[in-house]
Order: sequence, then structure tokens, then C-alpha cells
Amino acid sequence: MPEITQTEEICENKRALLDEIIATHRHRPGALMVILNETQKQVGYVSEPMQRYVAKKMRVPVGAVHGVVTFYSFFTTQPRGKHTVKFCMGTACYVGGVPQLMDKAKQLTGTDIGKTTADGQLTMEVCRCVGACSQAPVVTVDDEVVGRIKPNKFPQLIKKLLEG
Amino acid sequence: MKFFRSHVLVSVDPQCLEMGAHEIVDALNDELVSWGLIDEIQVLETSRLGDPTRFGPDLVVYPENVHYANLSVDDIPYLVEEQFLKGRVVEKFVAKETIVTDDELGAPKAKEVRIVLRNCGKIDPHNIEEYIAEDGYQALANALTSMTPEQVIDEVMRSGLRGRGGAGFPAARKWQLCRQVPDNPKYLTCNADEGDPGAFMNRRVLESDPHSVVEGMILAAYAIGASMGYVYCRAEYPIAVANLNVAIEQAREFGFLGNNIFGTDFSFDLEVRMGAGAFVCGEETALIASIEGRRGEPRPRPPFPAVKGVWGKPTNNNNVETYAVVPQILLHGADWYSAMGTEKSKGTKTFAIAGDVVNTGLIEVPFGLSLRDVIFDVGGGIKDGKKFKAIQTGGPMGGCLVEEHLDLPLDYEALTAAGSMMGSGGLIIMDDETCMVDIARFFMEFTQEESCGKCTPCRVGTRRILDILEKICNGKGTLADIDRLEMLCEEVAKNSLCGLGQGAPNPVVSTLKHFREEYIAHVVEKRCPAKVCRALIRYEITASTCTGCTVCARNCPVEAISGERRQVHTIDAKTCIRCGICAQVCNFNAISVESG
Repeated sequence: MPEITQTEEICENKRALLDEIIATHRHRPGALMVILNETQKQVGYVSEPMQRYVAKKMRVPVGAVHGVVTFYSFFTTQPRGKHTVKFCMGTACYVGGVPQLMDKAKQLTGTDIGKTTADGQLTMEVCRCVGACSQAPVVTVDDEVVGRIKPNKFPQLIKKLLEG
Repeated sequence: MKFFRSHVLVSVDPQCLEMGAHEIVDALNDELVSWGLIDEIQVLETSRLGDPTRFGPDLVVYPENVHYANLSVDDIPYLVEEQFLKGRVVEKFVAKETIVTDDELGAPKAKEVRIVLRNCGKIDPHNIEEYIAEDGYQALANALTSMTPEQVIDEVMRSGLRGRGGAGFPAARKWQLCRQVPDNPKYLTCNADEGDPGAFMNRRVLESDPHSVVEGMILAAYAIGASMGYVYCRAEYPIAVANLNVAIEQAREFGFLGNNIFGTDFSFDLEVRMGAGAFVCGEETALIASIEGRRGEPRPRPPFPAVKGVWGKPTNNNNVETYAVVPQILLHGADWYSAMGTEKSKGTKTFAIAGDVVNTGLIEVPFGLSLRDVIFDVGGGIKDGKKFKAIQTGGPMGGCLVEEHLDLPLDYEALTAAGSMMGSGGLIIMDDETCMVDIARFFMEFTQEESCGKCTPCRVGTRRILDILEKICNGKGTLADIDRLEMLCEEVAKNSLCGLGQGAPNPVVSTLKHFREEYIAHVVEKRCPAKVCRALIRYEITASTCTGCTVCARNCPVEAISGERRQVHTIDAKTCIRCGICAQVCNFNAISVESG
């Protein structure tokens, strides 16, 4: 079997982090999900070279790792921006005006939902109901729930994220 | 356990933290130490108490139940001296408006009975002692030392407890099946993958009272003879995961988890597994695949998880709420529990009320209450004096119910008979400004995206149903499309592998049944009666009421509004994307929406 060479694309720091994550969790049954969740949390994404590296270390086919990464919406294969805004698309938020907030955000950033701004400052995504329906409309900013957003206050929030 | 004469709960909501909640906590502690009161008064951190933008940073003093708001560090010395040393309420810091202790879960409303939610917002979820003080782990101690596993199953069987995940299968029957399988080890899973949009009862229980779920799981494990359990929690609930982990750690320290629990030969341990954003993992076989570290795709049943579950071993899977109620049943007895509810649905059920209703949030009511009671009494009626149109029960796989169903009793059988389902307990209430075709499209968009793709009817069928619904919403539908829709719905429901595909057409079928005229208005008249579908509406500025304040023009995302200051503005229909922001921000009601 030819040696996998592409793993070199991962920088030293990330590889150390991956090694640590794998070493901590590999003994647990069903470890792959746990390891990928940790990687996503600590590194911020699971790129293809990283998937290959995990597969090699875990002695599972690359396809199995890739299959899991692409199945679950929480795993991203690209690095995210410095900040992430997720637009809740639960029923209450949908009815409560999140689609309008997305329109406004698109206009302010010149970037589509699902993309990262060119300067790498802000990633915008749609997410599933975060369960804060009584505060609709809701977005999450870097995993913190921001509820009861008023359309006229929303641009300030986006501008702050684009700057800082 | 240490006792205090008074407790101070400081909100450490993110917004309050930004305003200095931690500094307030530090100042309180310093001040209490300097007055020598630190052993009498305990300062605790809690989630939000009131709306931080109006009250923050704020705190509540118990047992007096005084809500102090808009505090700064400089206020603390005076507050401590007056409140705790002299015992006087400091009026000038008291929150001006009514206390909103919790915007999800207010004080129990009339007709509410709280069993699952009894501790939520009342105890510190990070402190096992507070749960124990509320009779926590007493049922476990009793069961392990004086009951056989069969007796535990019998007691739960007599209580009539049914699975709260939606299907309503008798919980104890499931346990019995799993217990009888001659294979070991056995596993226990808890479905905390609460993915229905608009449902958040499980999140609340996991965040505010995780020990009740832990205790319930240990009891169930004892009943079926399981040695290991997993709580599968969705990744969208990071606080629930964190609080559960703390609870499990503390339960281990106290000897409620691990080897030889309460000195018996029963051993059991628990672990939290996090999902990663896949709705289908709420289906039990998909959940098991995900715990095993694989793609969360369902598989055909049988074999049922009770025979072949996690790692191919017998597994019992229940919902968060089912486990959370088990300790209460064993503590108070099956008769106490079965006295509540209807003939076939016993006990209470939590519901998350969302949508166009005055009191949104969580409630817990006995089965058998009518929808009317829930919407108008407990929920406070429709917001802004509008008219009730429909209620969606059972999430995206459920159906909508209308005016004529309002007197139905809330129980498993009645909802199913009416063409909807209990589901996990999300209730979305819609007023007459909701377009039912658009709602059907919204739910179908959800299920289409969450379809795992394993079986063809669901993968292709949901896509085709969505295509047709989009066509209708865009004003390009024909009458033949409605027939095609009905046929497709039937096929997808009949032929899909798991509950997701089988239930996916429900919102379309039920809206077609009750609101067929709306579909027809969309295809024949090219009109959206509720004025929601963007392709069929237009925004207009009423010249007589427009003051030319420019608010609409400044807020328009596509710059479709033009006009000089103090002059009547106009909307360019070609550029307008019909988002409705202008109508929302207009202070003079000068922007109206028309259709047809």
C-alpha cells in the first residue's frame, strides 16, 4: 500500500493538536464522532488532509471519515471566519423574521449566506432551531444566542462583527 | 449540606456579563465577608432573570423574592447593608416592572401541573445537593435496596407512562422486551436529539435539572439490566451537554454511578455523546449508528434496538422526558401518576408553545386538556388581538389542526385521529397572517434537507414535493400540480424507510385538507390570501400617511425606495425583493402589502 503523503499539508501545530485529540479519545468505542467533534471545536474545521490523517491514525478507511464529515452539518471542511453568525431557521424564527435579517446581512456584507467574507472576518450560516423559540427571531454569534432582534438594530450587530 | 438564611441569584446571562455581572458577584462576596455574613447568605450564579436590556445586571434575593435590577458595583455596599444586615428592601433598586423570572418558564399558570419541570429554574443544576434536597436520588435508593428490577418495571407499567419522544409506546413494555433478550451486555440510550423546530422542552430539562434524567436512566438501567448508557445530545445545545457532564461527574462522586451503586452489585455508568447537526439522528436506529461513530442513517426494523442496538447488543432507547419522570413515579407511586391524564394517556406532558401567541414558552399540563385551554388559557390567546388560524403539532412530521379541532383533548389517540400527532410536544400557533402553503413549503424544505438520502422515496420524493410547493408559492403552479402533490405525498408516506420520510408529507396533506382554497388561490388567481408568498405580493406606500421620514429607505436592503426627505416615498417594484422590512420599520403604517 502506498504511503499517504498528503498529510504533510497539515501544519505542525494542528498535527500536534490532532494527535492529542486522537490519543485522548481513541480508546472509546465509537470514537470517530467524538474525535471529529473535538477537532471541529478546537481547530475550527476538518479539512481533507486532516480527514486523511485521522483515518490513518485510527486505521479506518478515508471514505469512512469523509462519509461522516460530510453527513453532519456541523463539520466544515473549510476554515471559518473570525466570527460566525448563524441564522436560526426554526419555525418561530422563520415566521418571526429571520429571512429578512438574512437579506439585510447579505446586503451589508456583500456575501452570501453560507460563505465567509473576503477578509475572513465573518462567516454567515443558516442553522437548525437552537431551541430559543420564545426569543425569536434569533441568531447565534460565535455560539452565543442573541434573541429578540429588531430589524433596525441588526445592522449595528453585523457592522461590529465586521470591524472587530 | 450547608444551610443559608438567604440566597442571592445573580444573572450571568451573556448580556449581563458584558454589563459586569461577575464584578457584581465579586463585590457581593467582598461585602458579605466584610460584614461577616458570608456563612449566612449564599451568592449563586443563574441564567437570565429578566430581559437584560431592561434589567441587567440584575439579581433576585430569596426567600423574599425581590428582584433588584440595573445594578452597578457601587450600589452593592448599600444594598448589602440594607437588605442583609438591616433586613430592609431597597426600593430604589427594585425592578420597576413585573418580575420576569424566566421568559421560557414563568410561574405555573392555571391548569398547569409541573412534574418534569418542577425543579427547572428553582435549583442550581451544577449542584447535586440541591437536587437531593428536592428528594433527588431517593427513588433510586429505594429501588436498588428494596425492589427487584421486575418490580420497578411493574410499577412503571401500572403508571401508564408512555414514551414521550412522540410514538407513545408504553415505556415499561419496552424495558420488559429489552430485559427478556438473552444477550449481554445491555445498553441504555437517551434521545436528547431534540431536533423539531419549535420544541425545546428537553433542552430546558437537561440544562436546568440534568440529575432527574441521570436518575431516571439509572433506574431504567437497573430495570433492564444495562451496564452502560449514552445520552445522545444534539450539538446545538452546548449548555445542556456541559450541565449533563457536570451532573454525571457529581453522580459518580456520590456513588450513584459506577460500580456497586448503593453497595449493591448493580453497576452502571453514563456518557454524553454529542451529535453534529443531523435531524435524522433522532430516529432510534440512526441515533445508534451515530453513537457508534458512523453516518447517522436509519436501518430497517426489525431487528429492533431492544434486540440489536448499540454495538449489536440489546439497547433501550427513551426520550429525555420519559427518563426524567421515572424517579417521580417510583417516589409517589404508580397510582398517583395514573390519576392524571386520560384513559390511555396518563400523566403530564411538557409542551413548547411558540408562534403567534401571547405567552410563548414551556408548559406542562395533564393529558386531556383541550387545545383551546392550552392556546387561550395557558397560552394567553393570539398575539395582537389577531385571529387563530391553525396549530401545528408534532413538529415538521406532524400536521396542522384548525378551529374545529380546538376542543379535542390533548392525548396521543385524539391527535392521531385528527390527522396530526403528539410528536415531542412542539406547538406552533399561527394567526391569520400565516400562509399555509408557505408553511407547508417551509416544513418540506426542512425535511428535504434533513432527509439522509438512504431510501429513494424520501430522498427523491421530498425533493419533488418541495419543487411543486415552490412552484405554487412562486405563482407558477397549476391545478394538476395539486393532484400530483397528493399522489406524491401518499407514495412517500407509504414507502419510506423511517419516520422522517413516512411523516414528511403530513404538513402538506393536512394543509391541503384544511386549507385547500389557499392552494387554489395561489394557482388559479395567482394570489396569496395571507400576503406572504413573495412572488405574489407587492408593497405600496400610501401617499396620504407617508411623512417622508426616510426610515424605510434607510432600512431597505436593496435600496428600492426613493424619495426626498419630507416628500412621499415610492417603491420601485422591479428592485423590491418584498422582504417587508419597510413595513416593519414604518412608524406611520404608511406601507401596505397587496396581493392579487
